[in-house]
Amino acid sequence: METMTWILSLTLATLRLATPLVFASMGGLMSERSGVVNVALEGFMLIGAFAGAIAGQYFASAWMGWGFALLAGLAIGAVYAFFVIELKADQIITGMAVNLFVMGFIPFVTKILFSSTGSTPALLVEDRFTFEPLLMAGLLVAAISFWMFRTRSGLWILFAGENPEALTASGVSVRKVRWSAVTLSGAFAAMGGASLSLFLASSYSPMMTGGRGFMALAALIFGKWKPVPAFAACLLFAFADAVQIRLQGVQIGGVEIPVQFVQILPYIVTVIALAGFIGKSRAPKALGHQ
Amino acid sequence: MKRVFGFFLGLTLALLLTLFAGENPWNVFMILVRSAFGSMYDLGLTLSYTTPLIFCGLSVAIGFHAGLFNIGAEGQLTMAVVTTAAIGVLFPQIPFPLAPVIALLAGLVAAGLWGWIAGWLRAVRGSHEVIITIMMNFIAAGLASWFTLKIIPNPESQNPETAMVAPQYMFKDYDLIARLFPDTPANASLGFAVVLAVLMWIFLWKTTWGFELRAVGSNPEAAHRAGISEKKVRILAMTLAGVMAGFVALSEVLGSAGQYRIGFSPDYGFIGIAVALLASNNPLGIIVAAFLMGALHKGASDLDLETTTITRDFSRIIQALVILGVVAQGYWEWIKIKRRKG
Repeated sequence: METMTWILSLTLATLRLATPLVFASMGGLMSERSGVVNVALEGFMLIGAFAGAIAGQYFASAWMGWGFALLAGLAIGAVYAFFVIELKADQIITGMAVNLFVMGFIPFVTKILFSSTGSTPALLVEDRFTFEPLLMAGLLVAAISFWMFRTRSGLWILFAGENPEALTASGVSVRKVRWSAVTLSGAFAAMGGASLSLFLASSYSPMMTGGRGFMALAALIFGKWKPVPAFAACLLFAFADAVQIRLQGVQIGGVEIPVQFVQILPYIVTVIALAGFIGKSRAPKALGHQ
Repeated sequence: MKRVFGFFLGLTLALLLTLFAGENPWNVFMILVRSAFGSMYDLGLTLSYTTPLIFCGLSVAIGFHAGLFNIGAEGQLTMAVVTTAAIGVLFPQIPFPLAPVIALLAGLVAAGLWGWIAGWLRAVRGSHEVIITIMMNFIAAGLASWFTLKIIPNPESQNPETAMVAPQYMFKDYDLIARLFPDTPANASLGFAVVLAVLMWIFLWKTTWGFELRAVGSNPEAAHRAGISEKKVRILAMTLAGVMAGFVALSEVLGSAGQYRIGFSPDYGFIGIAVALLASNNPLGIIVAAFLMGALHKGASDLDLETTTITRDFSRIIQALVILGVVAQGYWEWIKIKRRKG
């Protein structure tokens, strides 16, 4: 009986911890499938977590927080799109610069608003999500799977990433398709961030994403740029995270495993996953080309 | 020149942002300048930030030259600094000239290994080096923290730091630069960093290996046809990148602190990206770019005290906008060409 509850709680924890990763990797999917590399997911998530926590606390409503996170995500996604699509700036460097900007910008704003550079004020328990983001993450995966492979506008995104010339030849603007995909990418990744601050925790704390934006990208690559396999990869990383939390302070044969060894588990799992043992993972053909 | 313009564009935009915080941008700029160069003490601190930034800039640049993006300088330097400190703490009986050399070599090997892993995974398994190096940063931080707190903690302090290395590991007595800037961590490794940058320039432009490395970076297919092994070059480049970042152990452990302090690095590895970019990956330019970024970093540290609403985190905004200002340069050139043709 005890094993059963243990397995159940581990499963639930895995699903909860997968939520931010799923949103972010679906955001990465949008962008990368349209041909734009996206290492800015970490920054997008941080902005989402921050906007969500502030608006959620101000309006005393998780849904308002969610809405503002979405808007903030669209905005930062548009900034990224402007640099990489219009100014043709290097995508990886721009992505890292966006991350860096966000890491400086959030303390800049908190200092003005709350005269502190740390966390935002905490939300009341009843203003937090209980399960909703989890459900929405699942729905998003289903919706994207359907949209991208079964509808006309979804195919546009695929073509923008595989064969932009053909898309142009059929009279669709690659530029517009990529703009839409990258701004949506910002929105989805920001929701992932908001599910950190409104669902897994009750406020924004500095650097709370802890590399999840990059893990989401790793999950996307591991999942061969396909929605459902990427979802499965998110579950794997979240499982490593859930195990990590449960292993803290656990003794094996009378010896406690150092907490740091346990904490780096998700990162090691990510490296091993990316080291391949998954067969060939093929990126969209036009990915990163300008 | 365009990069210099990009730098100032980014800086100006960042300073204009301070208007939202109710500050006078010119005032903020003057604080930055005064705090970076105002006195010998300030200049010493600026130079003590410059040194690791030269190492990290070289690390990122050598990756770029081979067409690889090394975000892992932070993890690589962490491994080096901890290893060097560990040798200094665990082997107090090694005599002077040998001691710092062995400790530094051990640190470089650790950092090189950290780069090698990323290079090997990229070259042989095709893994995305950006994500791998970032994950390696987290892993390095975890390992370093465990080693510091559990194996060689400082018994005389509550701070998260290692014990001090034995005195003969440090080259203080022979350090002319340190004498110029008393009470600051500036030390002779600055001179070494400059020499290393020159050596790197010679390596890249005057040796066959350097040529092969740049060939793979600029056109992998042509390099392949010319019989250059991309795999070997990529692994070599990332290993060298690790070694370059590893030299931070020289300035930090052997030159000034004598120990590894968790959190000593204000993300040198990340700022190194901006340094390399600003210098177009030219090793000699990196010396200047590192000095600019070092000045910016030192300058921003006084914002905490001298303004009411702006903190040292503001340097990140400036760095980010400077990077964006520089990478968006290509566009203006592109317009010019279009107009000329037009």
